[in-house]
Amino acid sequence: MDLLRFATAGNVDDGKSTLIGRLLHDCRALPDDQLESLRRESQRRGEEGLNLAFATDGLRAERAQNITIDVAYRFFSTARRRFILADCPGHLGYLANMVTGLSTATLAVILVDVRHGLVEQTRRHCFLASLFRIPHLVLCVNKMDLVAFAEGAFAEVRDQFEAFSEKVAIHDVTVIPISAKLGDNVVQRSAAMRWYQGPSLLRHLEEVHIASDINQVDCRLPVQISLGPRTWAGRLASGHVRVGDEVMCLPGGARAVVAGLTVACREVAEARAPLSVAVQLDRDVEVRRGDMLVRVHNRPDLRCDVDAMVCWFGAEPLVAGRTLRLLHGTSQTRAAVGRLDYRLDMQTLARQTDPPALFPNDIGRIELQSDQPLCLDRYQDNRATGSFVLVDEASNRTVAACLVR
Amino acid sequence: MTALTHLDVLEAEAVYVLRETAAWFKHPALLFSGGKDSLCMVALALRAFRPGRLPFPFLHIDTGHNFPETLEFRDRLVAAIGEELLVRRVQETIDAGRARDEMGPKASRNVQQTITLLDTVRELGLDALIGGGRRDEEKARAKERIFSLRRDSGGWNPHQQQPEFWLQLNGVLRPGEHMRVFPLSNWTELDVWQYIGREKLDIPALYRAHRRRCLRTRAGILLAESPYLAVEEGETVEELSVRFRTVGDMTCSAAMESRAVFVEEIIREIEAARTSERGLRMDDRRSEAAMEDRKTEGYF
Ligand SMILES: Nc1nc2c(ncn2[C@@H]2O[C@H](COP(=O)(O)OP(=O)(O)O)[C@@H](O)[C@H]2O)c(=O)[nH]1
Repeated sequence: MDLLRFATAGNVDDGKSTLIGRLLHDCRALPDDQLESLRRESQRRGEEGLNLAFATDGLRAERAQNITIDVAYRFFSTARRRFILADCPGHLGYLANMVTGLSTATLAVILVDVRHGLVEQTRRHCFLASLFRIPHLVLCVNKMDLVAFAEGAFAEVRDQFEAFSEKVAIHDVTVIPISAKLGDNVVQRSAAMRWYQGPSLLRHLEEVHIASDINQVDCRLPVQISLGPRTWAGRLASGHVRVGDEVMCLPGGARAVVAGLTVACREVAEARAPLSVAVQLDRDVEVRRGDMLVRVHNRPDLRCDVDAMVCWFGAEPLVAGRTLRLLHGTSQTRAAVGRLDYRLDMQTLARQTDPPALFPNDIGRIELQSDQPLCLDRYQDNRATGSFVLVDEASNRTVAACLVR
Repeated sequence: MTALTHLDVLEAEAVYVLRETAAWFKHPALLFSGGKDSLCMVALALRAFRPGRLPFPFLHIDTGHNFPETLEFRDRLVAAIGEELLVRRVQETIDAGRARDEMGPKASRNVQQTITLLDTVRELGLDALIGGGRRDEEKARAKERIFSLRRDSGGWNPHQQQPEFWLQLNGVLRPGEHMRVFPLSNWTELDVWQYIGREKLDIPALYRAHRRRCLRTRAGILLAESPYLAVEEGETVEELSVRFRTVGDMTCSAAMESRAVFVEEIIREIEAARTSERGLRMDDRRSEAAMEDRKTEGYF
């Protein structure tokens, strides 16, 4: 059985909580005792029947305010696949959570209310999904029961979306008409929408082809720790490694041959991303935590000047000259912010060039100068080695997610 | 090459997290309770660091209300792998006047356990505690980070968590802070059992069906008969074929009637189960937000 990580996003009240509750319920992932507390909660709030939306409110404050304010992870499986769902709050103020969910997702489900069509929030969510290079996007057009399951209403939203999605870089887009509340096209195909020929949401989640989503070409092994003489452990960020491969250790440049390879103590001839491995090299070369083992003829850029898209979550505005701690894979260095190239207005998605600062929850393009050279790929080529985070030097908190241009 | 399964990917992630923990922290410890999650953690730690020694000891916070089978299993496992085990006892915290036992027939030592744990963090200067918590266990846990920061008081503040992007873990600490580390964050109960099956891990006998004298509460919950539990009016004691789905204190781990003895049978039973494992914990049934409340106090 393989594993699909996906994220959900939607405008408040478009029915995201209901949809997730429905998915879990219809996949029998809600056990009886949780159903029982759902029933009690629904009754207490004077709802008729079962309000599936309550299945996902995790924290006390969220239940009290009736909103999701943090990413919540849900787990379920079918006979075909295991799923990890990152449920992201839609509100812009919680951009960090949206980015958290998207950063590990290979598929994003975005919800719209059929009566409202594409709203600004939808455009922002789609933009983020494309910025983070989510390979597969699903647009669920929800509340079809409120428009009498009419094909025309759906087609209007779909056309709006298709016109818009040509501008975003996502290649695999699927649009599905659903009723989260009644369950149409969520798990079962809808009897009320015979005009719709495509799969239900769950069927699509089960069948979408994900094996080629991870970069299997470029061998990148960020070194975590030493496990003994000439033996180095790390998790393959991309590509694969074989016994007998000649590898190079960056940034130093020393070469060696892989003499032995293990995955969780099992000896293997070959391993690929995202497995955690230990490689034994055939000779003594200088290797340290933070170095990267790569193939001799396929290397990342080794550089100190970085051009990146940054999602900024610091408490104060980000200005040129600011220094931060930079974490990239297992390597750490200090970095200074150079030029602020542009800032994206998240309301309009318009660019403001040479902004004086990036404000919390802003996305912009910046230049950074690092103290130590970094082994970088472009994010569009490699989601693992093309990304890094910034940490505030005073508070030690992670304050930015960055994508290498 | 054959396709990677979900267990391959989850194992790789957990091993990565354990190795990051070894790299980031000076004095980590792996919380060990003798339950299935912690025995999985031990197996993963061995897979992360062998042939070398583990870079951290095991730490058992002993409530004094353990099943004897758990302690026996713990000692057998530790002896077999030859690593260090530290034990700290809630009874000593109580004797020192730092905590008081709950009163009443269903008294538990859940709250007291947290005090002993935080005392131990200070005593040993621990900067990271590795635990077997999973996000699928409970709604509050679903919001946990993999590296989850704790301030001096040890409490979890769900509203001040730093974001975790990709699998980029940030282990920078300030004085007085420590990290809780959850390598099994993305595992489910079923994954744990499938992994136990795949790796042929030894499990405590409590998880297999056996005959036992149990007390049936008025709510219909089965608890092991033990010196720590008083039988109340309306409760009955009967001998049944049972097993445990979670193994915590004798006072709060509910038994389920079962005939499943082999891991494959246990897996089939869990696949078909209509209740969650936390539904079998008295400590979580106290209120809707019981787990969240305990975590904000510093509980694991
Ligand atoms: N009629 C109808 N109502 C829906 C549907 N999905 C959600 N709702 C309702 O829309 C409201 C908001 O849903 P909720 O799931 O809480 O939205 P969220 O804010 O996106 O999580 C609730 O009153 C739901 O019952 C649907 O498919 N049809």
